Amino acid sequence: MKARALLSRVGSPETLRGILIQLIAILMAFAVGAVVLLVTGYNPIDAYAAMLRGAFGDVFRVGQTLTQATPIIFTALAFLFSFKSGLFNIGAEGQFLAGAFASALVGISFQNLPAPLHVLLALVAGAVAGGLWGLIPAVLKTRFGAHEVITTMMLSYVALYLTSYMVNYPFKAPGWVSQTVMIAESARLPRLLQGAQLSASIFIALALVALTRFILNRTILGYEIRATGLNPSAAENAGIDVKRGMILALVVSGAIAGLGGSGEIMGVHRRFIDGFSPGYGWDGLAVALVGGLSPVGALLAAILFGALRSGGMIMTRATGVPLDIVFLLQALVILFVAAPALIRAILKKGGLRW
Amino acid sequence: MAPAVEMRGITKTFPGVTANDDIDFTVEKGEIHGLLGENGAGKTVLMSVLYGLYRPDAGETYIDGERAEIESPAAAMSLGIGMVHQHFMLVPSLTVAENVVLGREPAKNGLIDEGEMLERVRASCTKYRLDVDVEAPIHTLSVGVQQKVEILKALHRGADILILDEPTAVLTPQEAEDLFRAVRSLRDQGKTVIFISHKLREVLSICDRITVLKRGKVVGTVAASETDMGELAEMMVGRRVVYSFEKAEVAPGEAVLSVEGLEALDDRGVPTLRGVDLEVRGSEILGLAGVEGNGQTELVEALMGLREAKAGRVSLCSTDITRASSYERIRAGVSHIPEDRHKRGFIPDFTVTENLILGSHREARFTRRGFVIDYEAAASHSQALVEDYSIATPGVGTHAGNLSGGNQQKVIVAREFDRDPRLVIAAQPTRGLDVGATEYVRKKLLEMRDGGSAVLLVSADLDEIWALSDRIAVIYEGRIVAVREPAETDETELGLLMTGGRRG
Repeated sequence: MKARALLSRVGSPETLRGILIQLIAILMAFAVGAVVLLVTGYNPIDAYAAMLRGAFGDVFRVGQTLTQATPIIFTALAFLFSFKSGLFNIGAEGQFLAGAFASALVGISFQNLPAPLHVLLALVAGAVAGGLWGLIPAVLKTRFGAHEVITTMMLSYVALYLTSYMVNYPFKAPGWVSQTVMIAESARLPRLLQGAQLSASIFIALALVALTRFILNRTILGYEIRATGLNPSAAENAGIDVKRGMILALVVSGAIAGLGGSGEIMGVHRRFIDGFSPGYGWDGLAVALVGGLSPVGALLAAILFGALRSGGMIMTRATGVPLDIVFLLQALVILFVAAPALIRAILKKGGLRW
Repeated sequence: MAPAVEMRGITKTFPGVTANDDIDFTVEKGEIHGLLGENGAGKTVLMSVLYGLYRPDAGETYIDGERAEIESPAAAMSLGIGMVHQHFMLVPSLTVAENVVLGREPAKNGLIDEGEMLERVRASCTKYRLDVDVEAPIHTLSVGVQQKVEILKALHRGADILILDEPTAVLTPQEAEDLFRAVRSLRDQGKTVIFISHKLREVLSICDRITVLKRGKVVGTVAASETDMGELAEMMVGRRVVYSFEKAEVAPGEAVLSVEGLEALDDRGVPTLRGVDLEVRGSEILGLAGVEGNGQTELVEALMGLREAKAGRVSLCSTDITRASSYERIRAGVSHIPEDRHKRGFIPDFTVTENLILGSHREARFTRRGFVIDYEAAASHSQALVEDYSIATPGVGTHAGNLSGGNQQKVIVAREFDRDPRLVIAAQPTRGLDVGATEYVRKKLLEMRDGGSAVLLVSADLDEIWALSDRIAVIYEGRIVAVREPAETDETELGLLMTGGRRG
């Protein structure tokens, strides 16, 4: 009884059921992964134990997990924010890169600014650049009806090759690597652990989790964005400016992704390196879905994905299991999460009532 | 000669409604037979039984004198019955020929035999005198031509009995003339056509015989040559049981809504409002009677600021609001019960509370510091509304989509009336509701009127118009053709006005 009262404070029965299904999906992914490990001649218990140690074994490993999780918290929030207004912004990668490059530019352009100001300036530049990269598809959508799935995706490639050009030609640092020079000390986000890459960017990510949650669930803007996403005709009838809501949602979404890029540059790499993002923007989409399209869910799912990566490296080192198993697990998690009907059917077979 | 179709004692009930009540219906070979009735009279249900989409609860069907068990559209087709629905079932990206042969494509070596396909479809075109470019993709064709493709498709599959469900509803007058020519030509080739409609004029002009349905029953079958619009209107609308409401005598006040020469286009870009003049006064219910599709939907949307006015003027209490946004109109005191509540009215995935503040969510009483919604205040407000309007819900935090249809409508009514509006636009406010909920919504509309609001009641249900209205306006083809006091008109006259049989 007490547990139920506690649970009902977390969310409605619908929400709780959703969370449970999500958890089962993740467990099933690991179960199938274990089968694959067995078949290929590895001991799944040893492998998973090594992975767990690698992800959460000590403070340093937790730091590595969070470092991996940080950028995809941003991109997952970006995806879900626009999704709430009914738009699929699958171009977080481009907005992420735009933000990253803008911050790098501010970082290398000034040398004598006081640190807080320089950091702030670089962050704002990242948010603005990401927001602009979201504004373009928003305008194309509301003015000309161009589908945002196409435009956001295409603009990702524009951002990718444009930044690549920038660091190969006008802003290339001396040497053979395609990268900018280091950003000024004053523009760097502090690192949190000795010898690890975890930076204060994680705090910005956490603040954004709280902020998006607040905006979506508490503010007029969030209410109007959600109404627009769930039933645009009814929203319009209620006097809500549907187009304005969509534009705002995409701009904010882009700004969030842009800040993620800023965090990587200012906290981890300290310069813009060509190809530094292994596809954080695309990961964000998957993470947002695994997190049930809620900000807190996105945070938890991002940590899961971060843990898989940091733990995976240790697993490979300790047990010789190829790192590919990590990507297999990721894919399985996404697959099972994307098929809630499958999970329900399996649960039903097992005699559980829904 | 046995009749082409004979249906005996067909009864079909749905939860809460008897759509077809012991219907006898006979169609002779080679005639165009009109099936006439208001919306909800049971025409489409009867034809769906004939086409195998519904199984009747009772009754028998004979095709060409043979007892037939029609269990599916496939069975109907094999008996030579084809149906053209109101909403076309064509694949837009495929060509005419590809659509016509869809599901039974001529094949050669596992591939579609293009030449054979084109030849066969062209042969059908010639045979049935339907002039269509068989290689044109569907999406490049006008609605009128698409309809011909549907007819061609049915005939190509061997239909001898063709059911056309409200075929002119989507057509321009010229396209309709074209259709009539094609249908007459088919009759002359020996085909049997059943023509579903609620438009008197066209039924009289094209059909040989006409069967009138009303509330799921057959009123009678008449030969077109032996009847006239007056008789048909009376059969169709008929004498009704008027619900008795205690209607207080209230003197109407000043004009609240004035509409002058309003023009607007429909979604296809066709001029649909063609100069609407209308006035609704305070403490008055103006009933807008009309057969659906005569511009009611567009009028309501134009009044709400959801559809652009091409010409004319809309004013609210002498303030011009022609160019005002929906938001400004709501703020100025316009409430709206939309005809399609799922589309426009509410958000199923929102909670009852979130739905109850929709449109009022920027008001100071539901907000804090100008940008945060005060969900606690909204919830307690909702709780009060749930009690006032006796909305049956487990709680205000329940998703509104889980409520019954009647309670969903109550949520909308509660939200819109609670704003203390100067003007209420109620479009089909009781459609699909059970008797209790219908009664409730009508009472509330009267309360609003007694309280001084102006009410524009748009309804396809003449009973409702009759029971509630202080004045009745009739809309036909985008114009108000007459305004009457209930005492100075009768059902026959309204029926004629609604169907274009008489000008006001």
